[in-house]
Amino acid sequence: MESKRVLSIRDLEISFKTTDALVRAIRGVRLDLFQGETLAIVGESGSGKSVSVKAIMGILSSNGSIDAGKILYTDPETGEEFSIVDMSQREIRSKISGQRIAMIFQDPMTSLDPTMTIGKQIMEGMRYHYQVPVQEARRKAQELLELVGIDNSAKRMKQYPNQLSGGMRQRVVIAIALACDPQILICDEPTTALDVTVQSKILELIQSIQKEKNLSVIYITHDLGVVAKVADYVAVMYAGRIIEKGSVEEVFYDPRHPYTWGLLSSIPDLNLEEEELYSIPGNPINLALPFQGDPFAPRNRYALNIDFEQEPPLFSAGGKHRVASWLMDPRSPKVERPASLERRLKEMREEIGRNE
Amino acid sequence: MVRYIGQRISIAVVTVFLILLLLFLMLELMPGTPFNDERLTDQQRDVIMEKYGLDRPILERFFKYMQLMLKGDFGISYTLNKNMPVSFMLGQRVGVTMSLGLQAVLLGLAIGMVLGIISALKHGTWLDSAMSMIAVAGVSVPSYVFALFSLYVFAFLLRWFPIRYNPSAPGLSGVLPVISLSMFTIATVARFLRSEMLEVLGSEYILLSRAKGLRESAVISRHGIRNSLIPVVTVVGPLVVNLMTGSLVVEKIFAIPGLGGLFVQAITVNDYNVVIAISFIYSVMFVLVMLAVDILYSVIDPRIRLSKGGPA
Repeated sequence: MESKRVLSIRDLEISFKTTDALVRAIRGVRLDLFQGETLAIVGESGSGKSVSVKAIMGILSSNGSIDAGKILYTDPETGEEFSIVDMSQREIRSKISGQRIAMIFQDPMTSLDPTMTIGKQIMEGMRYHYQVPVQEARRKAQELLELVGIDNSAKRMKQYPNQLSGGMRQRVVIAIALACDPQILICDEPTTALDVTVQSKILELIQSIQKEKNLSVIYITHDLGVVAKVADYVAVMYAGRIIEKGSVEEVFYDPRHPYTWGLLSSIPDLNLEEEELYSIPGNPINLALPFQGDPFAPRNRYALNIDFEQEPPLFSAGGKHRVASWLMDPRSPKVERPASLERRLKEMREEIGRNE
Repeated sequence: MVRYIGQRISIAVVTVFLILLLLFLMLELMPGTPFNDERLTDQQRDVIMEKYGLDRPILERFFKYMQLMLKGDFGISYTLNKNMPVSFMLGQRVGVTMSLGLQAVLLGLAIGMVLGIISALKHGTWLDSAMSMIAVAGVSVPSYVFALFSLYVFAFLLRWFPIRYNPSAPGLSGVLPVISLSMFTIATVARFLRSEMLEVLGSEYILLSRAKGLRESAVISRHGIRNSLIPVVTVVGPLVVNLMTGSLVVEKIFAIPGLGGLFVQAITVNDYNVVIAISFIYSVMFVLVMLAVDILYSVIDPRIRLSKGGPA
C-alpha cells in the first residue's frame, strides 16, 4: 500500500548570520516522510540535523534564515497543504507546531518548565490552540499520562518536574507532544540524556504510540543502534548535506559512503574483541569558512583527487538508495569495505531481522 | 508552609530583640551623654540622669525600655525636642518616608522590569545598548547627583515641579524625589532581569514552549518572566529596605521631613530614645522584607517550596 506523503523537503538551504561570517548550515537537503513511517536523520554534532527540523517547527534562532527550497506539509486527513517556507514564524506556530507537528527534545531534565505543574504544561497546548475547557483538558492530560506509562496520573498532574525522574520527565515531554494529536512527531535525540536502561523503554513507548496513532516519526540521532531498531528510512548528514539515504535495509545491508562506514564502525560493540573503538579521524569542517570539493574529503582515507575539487552529486545505488560519493561514479576505482565493518554489518542485519 | 512562616517569624522577633540589645550597648559606649551642655555642673548632670533613670544599670534600663516599648511607649526625646514623646516625633516622618519609599519601590520595580525584559528581548540591538547605558548610569551615578541634576533642570529651569517637597501636597512635589530614589532600583532590577531573562530564553523549556506553538508573547509571559524573577527577588529585598527607610541625601536636597535626616541628627546629639526607635523601625522593616522575600521565593519557585528543609 502506498501511504500518503505528509512532509516533503526540497533543496532546502539554511544559513546563519554570525558576527563575522555566513554559515551555510543546510545545503540542498531533500527528504520525504510518509504517514506512519519513521525517518532517522543521522549525523555528528553540527551536521545540520537539528537545524532542518527546527525550520519545520518555526523555531529557528533569529539569526537563521531559509534561503531557498521548499518544505511542504500535507495534512493526511484533510489533504490541506502548507508551504512552511512561505509562512511567517508566527503563522507556523499558530498552525503547524504543536498541533500538526510536535517535537520531543533531548534533555528531559531541562525541557520542562521548573515552575509549572506537569498537568498545566500538558494542558497548555490544548487550552492555547483549541480553547479546550479545563475539565476536558484535565481529563485528556490524565489519559495522556497513562498512555505514556505514568500511573497515579491525578497526583502526577499536580507535581512539578523536579519531583520526577529523568525517564518520567521524558514521558511527560512525550505526553506534551501528543497533547494536540499531531501527525508528525520529531524526536531530537530523545534518549541521549537518559540512562541506558531507560533508553529502550522510551524508544518502545514512542514506537507503540506511533503504531497506535499512525504517526510519522522523525528521529534525529547520532546513535546508529537506535536507527537500526526503529527507523524505516535513514538519511545520513554531513556538513549540511545528505550524503547517503535510503531504507534501513539498503543503508545497513549495503552502506556505500565512507562516512557511513566510519559511523557504523564507531558504534561500540561488546561482542567484538577489538581493543580500540574506531573513530573517524579529524573534525567536521567549519562551514563558516569557504571550502572546495567534498567537505568530508580531508577525513576520508578513500578520497579521490576529484573529491578535493568538486562536491559529488547524489548517485543512485538502486531502489531508494542515494549516495553522494565519487566512489559511486563508474569511472572511479573499486573500493572494498573494511573487513571489520563487514562483520559488524552482518550482526546489525541480524538485529534488524530480529526486530521484524 | 504555615509552620515555616511561623518559624521564620519567631526567628525575626529574636533578631530584632538582639539588634536592640546591641544598640543599647553601643549607645552606652558612645562618648558623652544626651546632656553635654558645658554650663551644666557634674552634680546637675547627675540629677538629670537620675530623673530620666539613666543612672540605672544598663540591663535594667534595657528591660524597662522593652516593657514600655511593647505598650507602644518609645520614651521621650532628651535633646532634639525636649520631653516630646518619640512616637509623636516619628509618627509623621515615618508616614512621609514610607509613602515616598513605597512609591519609589513600585516605580523602580515596574520600570526596571519593563526595561530588563525589553532589553533581553531586543538583545543585541540599539535598544538593548541604550537600556544598558541607562542601567550603568543608574547604578554608577549617586542618587544625590541625579537628585540635584533633576532639581536644577525640572524644578529650577523648567519649573515643572516645585523645588521643595510639600508634605501636604505630596503628589507633584513628590515626583522628583521618588524618581531620584528609584533610579538605583530601576537600574539594578533591569540589569539582573536582563541577564536572567537571556539565560532563561536560551533554555530548552522555552524552546519546548515555542515548539508547542505558543506565540512569542505567551512564551515570555507564561514561562519566561516567572523563571527569570527568582534571582531578581534576592537582589530586590535589600533595595526595598533602603528605599523604605529613606535616604538622608535625597531628603536633604528636597527638604523632605523624613526619617533619614532625623536619624543622623539624633545620633550626633546622643538622643538615645530617638536613635533606638528609628533603629527599631529599620530593623523591623529589614526583617519583614527578608521574610517577605523568603516567602515570595517559595511562592515563585516550587523547587524551594518542596525541597527538604524548606517550607513544607
